[in-house]
Amino acid sequence: MEQNQVVHADHFDPVASKIGMWLFIFTEILLFGGLFIVYSVYRFKHPVEFHLANEELSVTIGFINTVILLTSSMTVAMSISAMQLGNKKLTLIMLAVTILLAFAFLVNKYFEWGAKFHHDIYPGSAFLFSLSKGDMLLFGLYFFMTGMHAIHIIVGVVLLLVIFFKIRNGSVNQNRYSLLENGGLYWHLVDLIWIFLFPLFYLIH
Amino acid sequence: MSEHKAHISSYKSHIVVLVCLVLLTILTVTITSVHLGPFNTAAALLIASAKAAIVLLYFMHLKFDEKIYRFMVTLVLAIYAVVIIITFFDYLYR
Repeated sequence: MEQNQVVHADHFDPVASKIGMWLFIFTEILLFGGLFIVYSVYRFKHPVEFHLANEELSVTIGFINTVILLTSSMTVAMSISAMQLGNKKLTLIMLAVTILLAFAFLVNKYFEWGAKFHHDIYPGSAFLFSLSKGDMLLFGLYFFMTGMHAIHIIVGVVLLLVIFFKIRNGSVNQNRYSLLENGGLYWHLVDLIWIFLFPLFYLIH
Repeated sequence: MSEHKAHISSYKSHIVVLVCLVLLTILTVTITSVHLGPFNTAAALLIASAKAAIVLLYFMHLKFDEKIYRFMVTLVLAIYAVVIIITFFDYLYR
């Protein structure tokens, strides 16, 4: 009898897996892109109130968080370079730094939102209902968009943690690091969204 | 599986990119602290777009990867731009 046992080759296609990641990123761009359009339409319809409500947000905290996210983007990019060069230790260190920076971002966000809550500014608060329609819309968008972004940060931290342990046990390695690259792409996306959130909510008066 | 030589960005180039991004951030904060009316918004969005382009090209590796990714991203951004333009034609000339 003939031997008809099939040896399955390992199906591994880094180009295809990256295309898949990009397709997912496009859905995210459309999600946040839609919100940016909502923001600009409301801003167009309520220019004065948007102007006043924007002054409430601290540029300093926004700036610090921007630098934190940009730096964390760099450390992820560095961890990929280190992986390609076969430096496992540096890869892990850079990933760990990224995760720490993500926590720093969230802590900042906690204090920022906390200060807002302290001033009775939170979704559904009586104070917000006493404001004009434009103010309400701006704060609604602020909480929704930065909140949605913070959820993406938390998801990113979980993803990076999984990748961290997979690198440590060797299932993600120098010959097969698509997961690290795709995780990196996700993290850069989070950074990309913040690049637009920062000027829209903190800077433009 | 095709063995393709991946481009490896040097550590130094990552640092240069980060410095550029931080400088652009400082620039945008400085510009918007001066009251220039509608130019504030334009400048802030322009600088944000420049930063986004840098992140896409260097950190997200579009500049060095296969051209297919760059093609896909350009297409999606073009579609998004069309949606923005149509929306604002609607609101401006309603």
